[in-house]
Amino acid sequence: MRDLVLRAETVQKVKAMIEDKLIKDNVQTALVIDGAGNILAHCGKDTDGLDAISLAALTAANFGATSQIAKLIGENDFSLLYHKGEKANIHFARIGTELILISIFGDDVSLGLVRVRVEELAAAIKTIFEG
Amino acid sequence: MALIDLGKKEVHCKIVYYGAGRCGKTTNLLYIYNAMSDSDRGKMLTIDTKGDRTLFFDLLPLNLGKISGFDIRIQLYTVPGQVMYEATRKLVLKGVDGLVFVADPLKVRQERNIESLNDLERNVGEHGLDLADMPLVLQYNKRDLVDTPVPTLSVEELEQDLNQKYQVPAYEAIATKGDGVFETLKEISKLTVNYVAKRHLFNR
Ligand SMILES: Nc1nc2c(ncn2[C@@H]2O[C@H](COP(=O)(O)OP(=O)(O)O)[C@@H](O)[C@H]2O)c(=O)[nH]1
Ligand SMILES: [Mg+2]
Repeated sequence: MRDLVLRAETVQKVKAMIEDKLIKDNVQTALVIDGAGNILAHCGKDTDGLDAISLAALTAANFGATSQIAKLIGENDFSLLYHKGEKANIHFARIGTELILISIFGDDVSLGLVRVRVEELAAAIKTIFEG
Repeated sequence: MALIDLGKKEVHCKIVYYGAGRCGKTTNLLYIYNAMSDSDRGKMLTIDTKGDRTLFFDLLPLNLGKISGFDIRIQLYTVPGQVMYEATRKLVLKGVDGLVFVADPLKVRQERNIESLNDLERNVGEHGLDLADMPLVLQYNKRDLVDTPVPTLSVEELEQDLNQKYQVPAYEAIATKGDGVFETLKEISKLTVNYVAKRHLFNR
């Protein structure tokens, strides 16, 4: 892994896209993180109470573990993971090889919408970071 | 792999405490957590090996002040030392920028220390890194045991076993009392930040 150097304009652009595709449609929080657990972008309404650093660290490690599971069943990798809770749901998607997009949303948002939007975002964010 | 956020003027680095099981890695982080003020530390996450889980590590985020106008944010991680948690160790090392190797002075742990250092070398290698090029500090922990009847290794023996090849800074410590804990942290933070800064900040 190389060091990641983020320019202010890049982060602004990514955040604006996430606001437009997810937050405007009631997704509570969205984070872009890297495989080491660093947070590149953090968007959303009620992000104060969230321990984003722990969430990023656990997600990065969990994705690593899931990659190993994928290999055991002959898959290269799982590109997305989803957990449904009673009030909150969380969706994880890979962006390229090094980044992960995390979306946290309530029951007022449909999983279908999140899937479609995340897919659009993943492609766009990948282009921004990887060129 | 560091993250450098030019907008927020922040540098994020990852430092991993490595070593055999029960050598005192978590104790180091707990001491640091308790000694730092709220403004300089984040929440400490501990996932211990009790219970039915697949991932075990500790995480302590710290703010170490400013260098060249950049806020230095460090994330301290520990790995589970037990042989069976090989996969977790490899995951936690992803993107590592600096390493502390904690050694246990008990004579019965002599082989374990050496095996753990070899394991570190190999796992760092699997991430495409060479331990010889990386910031590394040794900590000879539990020096209080030297004054007890249990057989322990002298600092010379530990140096012989663990520091011949790399010849890096080594600190004696009693992590439970905090002796040597901040000395270790300061040295590895300095080496790590320099290592990252050398690549970016100073030649821009
Ligand atoms: N006597 C003594 N015990 C220590 C010292 N540091 C840690 N321990 C003890 O060693 C045990 C294992 O420590 P822990 O930090 O959990 O080890 P880890 O597996 O490396 O995370 C605990 O019972 C600690 O209290 C020390 O400096 N002296
Ligand atoms: Mg521990």
